[in-house]
Amino acid sequence: MSTGYEAVIGIECHVELKTATKMFCGCANVFGGEPNTKVCPVCLGMPGALPVPNEAALEAIVTTGLAFGSEIPAFSKFDRKNYFYPDMPKDYQISQYDTPLTQGGTVTYWLEDGTHKSCRLTRIHLEEDTGKSSHAGSEDGRIAGSSYTLIDFNRAGVPLMECVSEPDLRSAQEAVAFLEALRRTLLTLGVSDVKMEEGSLRCDANVSVRPIGATEYGTKTEIKNMNSFRSVERAIESEIERQIETLTSGGRIVQETRGWDEFNGVTHSMRSKEEAHDYRYFPDPDLVPLAIPREDVARMKAALPELPWRRYERYTAEYGLGSKQATQLLDNLALASYYDRVVACGGNPQRASNFVLGDLSRLANEHGVAVADSKVSPEHLSELVALVESKMVNSKIAKELLERAWEGGGSPAAIVASEGLAQTSDPAAIERFVDEVLAANGTVVADYKAGKENVLGFLVGQVMKASRGKADPALVNELVKKKLST
Amino acid sequence: MDELIERSGAHIAAEVNTGRASASEVVDATLSHVDAVEPAIGAYLTVLHDAARAHAARVDERVRAGERLALAGVPIAVKDNMCLTASRTTCGSKILEHWIAPYTATAVARLLDAGAIPIGKANCDEFAMGSSCENSALGVTRNPYDPSRVPGGSSGGSAAAVAAYEAAIGLGSDTGGSIREPGAFCNLIGFKPTYGRVSRYGLIAFASSLDQIGPLSRTVEDAALAYDAMCGFDPMDATSLDRTPEPTADALREDLRGVRVGIVREFDTKALGTDLDAVYAKAYRDLEALGAEIVEVSLPTAAYGLATYYLIAPAECSSNLARFDGVRYGLRVDGGDVRAMYDATRAAGFGPEVKRRILIGTYALSSGYYDAYYVRAQKARTLIARDFEAAFAGCDLIACPAASCAAFPFAAKSDPYSMYLMDYYTIPMSLAGLPALSVPCGWVTPEGGEFPMPIGLQLCAPLFGERQLLGAAHAYERATQHALARKPLPAQVRA
Repeated sequence: MSTGYEAVIGIECHVELKTATKMFCGCANVFGGEPNTKVCPVCLGMPGALPVPNEAALEAIVTTGLAFGSEIPAFSKFDRKNYFYPDMPKDYQISQYDTPLTQGGTVTYWLEDGTHKSCRLTRIHLEEDTGKSSHAGSEDGRIAGSSYTLIDFNRAGVPLMECVSEPDLRSAQEAVAFLEALRRTLLTLGVSDVKMEEGSLRCDANVSVRPIGATEYGTKTEIKNMNSFRSVERAIESEIERQIETLTSGGRIVQETRGWDEFNGVTHSMRSKEEAHDYRYFPDPDLVPLAIPREDVARMKAALPELPWRRYERYTAEYGLGSKQATQLLDNLALASYYDRVVACGGNPQRASNFVLGDLSRLANEHGVAVADSKVSPEHLSELVALVESKMVNSKIAKELLERAWEGGGSPAAIVASEGLAQTSDPAAIERFVDEVLAANGTVVADYKAGKENVLGFLVGQVMKASRGKADPALVNELVKKKLST
Repeated sequence: MDELIERSGAHIAAEVNTGRASASEVVDATLSHVDAVEPAIGAYLTVLHDAARAHAARVDERVRAGERLALAGVPIAVKDNMCLTASRTTCGSKILEHWIAPYTATAVARLLDAGAIPIGKANCDEFAMGSSCENSALGVTRNPYDPSRVPGGSSGGSAAAVAAYEAAIGLGSDTGGSIREPGAFCNLIGFKPTYGRVSRYGLIAFASSLDQIGPLSRTVEDAALAYDAMCGFDPMDATSLDRTPEPTADALREDLRGVRVGIVREFDTKALGTDLDAVYAKAYRDLEALGAEIVEVSLPTAAYGLATYYLIAPAECSSNLARFDGVRYGLRVDGGDVRAMYDATRAAGFGPEVKRRILIGTYALSSGYYDAYYVRAQKARTLIARDFEAAFAGCDLIACPAASCAAFPFAAKSDPYSMYLMDYYTIPMSLAGLPALSVPCGWVTPEGGEFPMPIGLQLCAPLFGERQLLGAAHAYERATQHALARKPLPAQVRA
């Protein structure tokens, strides 16, 4: 994009919180289920029903804010956002307008090459989700041409976190990296499943472009309907391109909401700013203002787990893992905590990472079992790492031991001891195998001496075989060469 | 038995608890009386013949099993903006004309648990918006003391039911005077507790920050009995007060010694005409005669109460009533698409006063007007509450009129503003969240009227002052006995 323009991007995302119950009633907060079975008078907006806030949801937001270093104002309140929509039971949404639960904060993220970046947050607030409409009788499930609409209110009233970033992002890749960092953090905090495909993470992007070096922002558009990280990347790229093309061909950007068309790979206009609703926000008189006690904030702050970027730092700076390896681990929290346990048992961090991301993940994939649920305990793996590290076993035996542990064979160290699989590093013992092999392969030895040096591998292999794989291959190599040259 | 249903709820409960009468007998007598007088009164939108008998049978069983219930067998009228499982709950509106509530309001449930029997769902102004019951889309309720006059509102059905012995106690809701004014018009105690004392769960909201459930009854003792049974924290209502309930039944006094009663300088009763002025002057003297010290207090911002109320209440109602959209329950009038369906449903389902307030409220909350209207109204509300705080520094109770006139003839207040003025004396207390009640204080034959009509004295206490309030009202009631001076017209009541 060497067009002389730079993109300016801000993200707004909605995240469904993983609480036991809904935001304002006692209904179960679970994904799916028979339509309209997880409902009660409150989340159906029945006449006379009243909302009562879910404290776990409030805590989830405050905890998230604390993780990003946000300010937690002592005063907050819920407001009503008024507009008519069939799957919104009360025809207003309980949300937060001018007093969000958290203000400010920073998301630290990193790009594939390990470059650290940060993006400021504007605010995080709490609101309730709507129900879900299914339009029936039209070919594509859209409202146009449909003959009727079915509404499932199971999702209505599920606690929803709205997180708004400042326009600090400069490319589609940064936007995705930001979202990934956000996702990892929310998973680490355990506040959400953050599954885009189940709709527990939904995001919109505000995109504008400006000449490089300009300090004013260009006119922005809001992009909606992106349902994977990949589509976020594609949609933003496409919109940046569209805006630059419009400007360079003398056009003007109109402030509007645009929908991402996944199939055609373009954004299209949904509604202009003039058509924007007047939501008539006002404080919800059914709910009392929220005073978040400072001691609760302090308690939640003290209880924060190690956050992803700190863990990333530990993996890369302290353990010496590469950015890719560290990211791979962090993208699978169960795997990362398994890995941490291996390291805690004394396993060499680099080797442990190689095992966890390599052979162990391969076995897990082959068997369709999560590493953490496998029969290979972190203790087993750290024994294996130690056996390799101390050259007690070579990599071939190590692989066998891992597979045996996978099958339920138990402690690799115990197997090595009971079956005498320890690598032979005793030169005298290896020398005996070498002598045997050289004596038995006179012709090959003669070939080597005649200059066919590529037979060396065969001879080394024979020695390894004679040792039943236990000989230290490096030592074997060295001894075979030495014998042949005398 | 006919005599028993004219007695107080406390008396009925005592008879049932001691086995001298059964709840079923009380209910049968009440229902046959209801069937006889309803054509003339029209207090109920739905009479719960079967449910009432079923509840009575259960109460009798409980009493036989040894339970003693505060409201054993006491027939109650439930304002039709409160949910009762499996009963039609209409809010006096076409939009909910056929809606069956799937759950029971907390306040109602607590009364039923204490042994009360729901006789019927009482008429009211549509969504509790009005002061005469004339805004009900579903029926006309007449004042039992003069059938050509209104019973007051919005809890007019509950008031008429209690006045005409169709129930011992009525449940009302008061947003700006909707319990106190019909109480005054129908010769009853109309008691609005401190905001948050009684759960609003299951009360179909008009203006959430003002709505409060309370009793209408023929005696102060019954008001205390009902209040004690239904007050207290409810985990289903975030605005209900999480503090220890303070029962009032043992606070009922016989005199007012040591009580300072404030008379509001700005509420000059001369403006109400010589008859009413004389009634209130006498009422204040009677308070003094009971041992009260009469002091003058000032509520300089109370005059702005009406304007403040008519911004805040409509603003909240415009949002509260959005849910009546034809999608999930209630009336649906089909249109070409969902927007047209909304429009057609709400156009057909809401009456003119409800539409007026939705429009006012929508306007007051719109972008560009919010600060000028809603925010300023909230500031005014704070100032009014502070005025009361200052006044209560110099007195324990405030006494003033409950309404600016006696019950008026049907269609006499066709101009909305003249109707709004009916709540001039009750709205300031609602804005401040204070406990207040009306108690009968005399009779006046209005100009052009055929019969003497009851007049109500309003007493108001500081926040959470229900014990002082009911205690003082009891002393006044016992000393003056205005309520007993006349009975409802036999022609209506014994049809």
